[in-house]
Amino acid sequence: MLELKNIEVVYNEVVLVIKGLSLKVKKGEIVSLLGANGAGKSTTLKAISGLLKNEDGEVTKGNIFFLDKEITDSNPSDIVKNGLFQVMEGRRCIADMTVEENLRLGAHTRVDRRNISKDIEKVLSYFPRLKERKGLSGYLSGGEQQMLAIGRALMAKPNIILMDEPSMGLSPLLVKEVFNIIKKLNQDLGITILLVEQNARLALNISSRAYIMENGKIVLEGGSKELSKNEDVKEFYLGGGKGDRKSFKNLKSYKRRKRWL
Amino acid sequence: MELDFLIQLLVNGFIIGLLYGVVAMAFVLIYKSSLVVNFAQGEFLLVGAWACWWLLAKFSLPFYLAFLFTLVFMTIFGILIQVIILRPLIGEPIISIIMVTIGLSIFFQAMMNWMFGVFVEPFPRIFNNESVNLLGLQVQTVYIMSGLISLFIMISFAIFFKKSRLGLAMRATAFDQQAAQSLGVSVKQVFSAAWGISAVVSAVAGIVFGIVNGISSGIAFMGIKVFPAVILGGLDSVLGAILGGLVIGLLEHLAHYLDVQYLNIGNMMRIAPFYALLIILMIKPYGFFGTKDIERV
Repeated sequence: MLELKNIEVVYNEVVLVIKGLSLKVKKGEIVSLLGANGAGKSTTLKAISGLLKNEDGEVTKGNIFFLDKEITDSNPSDIVKNGLFQVMEGRRCIADMTVEENLRLGAHTRVDRRNISKDIEKVLSYFPRLKERKGLSGYLSGGEQQMLAIGRALMAKPNIILMDEPSMGLSPLLVKEVFNIIKKLNQDLGITILLVEQNARLALNISSRAYIMENGKIVLEGGSKELSKNEDVKEFYLGGGKGDRKSFKNLKSYKRRKRWL
Repeated sequence: MELDFLIQLLVNGFIIGLLYGVVAMAFVLIYKSSLVVNFAQGEFLLVGAWACWWLLAKFSLPFYLAFLFTLVFMTIFGILIQVIILRPLIGEPIISIIMVTIGLSIFFQAMMNWMFGVFVEPFPRIFNNESVNLLGLQVQTVYIMSGLISLFIMISFAIFFKKSRLGLAMRATAFDQQAAQSLGVSVKQVFSAAWGISAVVSAVAGIVFGIVNGISSGIAFMGIKVFPAVILGGLDSVLGAILGGLVIGLLEHLAHYLDVQYLNIGNMMRIAPFYALLIILMIKPYGFFGTKDIERV
């Protein structure tokens, strides 16, 4: 459904951030994209959704295909129209609008304007607590804002949602709730999801496949189950790893990391 | 007699204030959505007024037709200005953009002088009765019309921004451009819409001013005069623009009253708003309704 072929992203015409990245998301999957800070995960998402131009970024090489059409360098609004929606990092709700206005805004690209009120009801039934919030969305809690951001994405009736760190700044319980919602959306509505996360354990739990990025490249890919058993992944992302880490392991893990780069 | 005079002035001030509010709103619309301080706002009024006058005087169209044609023309005019001149400047430093709008202002003023001459042209007569008796006050018909039109524009703005798809998109763009884009809003479309709407609304105000005082390049001065209104309300608040316009309109006429009755300086009316501007900038530089970020505690 979504395919990135060997893309390269350059910021400000000099800073090379993504160095030949390829990945593939099939219909109906949840795929997670993991990696340390600054690995280029968010940049990858922005390259897909066309939001790079705002930040002086540019896809200089490679192609991005969505539903068998090339979307490299398309306008963000056309990409949304085609059914690819990004929920940006930090939620980005329009703070001086109410919940309902935010949801209606999510349906901006929809052609069937008449069904919108019905869909707002539907989305609110997924997030019952948003129903009680009548004020401006800027005053919602972080978790509620995340729900609103996801709900807003649903209003556009996308085929695929790119989620950038939905767990950011949320309490552990809320993180769980948000992840359950993501899983539900995938199962009930059949929405494909590409998930960028810091919380590797939870992300690997709900996704079927995962990619691990480092320094603008994919260094490891595979089924989520296998990856969560992989020693390197365990050590770098899940914590724990082997018990006797404290002795000579530091040296070894450095070498192992070297092999990835 | 003096009290009557005062009330008369206050009524006029209120109505003119509404009109200032409308122009200020048009100004804020552009600033809010595209962060461009449009120094050519006054020229929008001027071009609109001349266009309407031209249709009336040269083609002797009925007023409502000329008015409609002017609105259509001004929508296209505003959009074209944005597309041709300001769109290529997106991302350039703010000072360059300001210089361009000042350039536009000079250009259109000169062009209007060249096309229509430098003398004041009165509008052809539109209303049969020059003024109406309203509760014992003589109010010019055109003032009543202008008050109604202003209110109409304000209410339509309110509904537009609350309900319509484009209105919501414009608010979203004003708040967070990138987030709006991620929702599929086309920022280009929003910018041209803002300029189109702003030009139309300004033209309406320009026509009203033209009917009252005749058309000359003096109308463009209104574009400068709404600055105090806009600063008073806060540069990026539509509500503030309306209130700011009202306050400035009333203030202006009060100053006129004081001037005529007591001070006899002359021309206080023109200057008072700018004294207000100075004071506001000193004590409340963001205006009364300027952006305050929502902060969760």
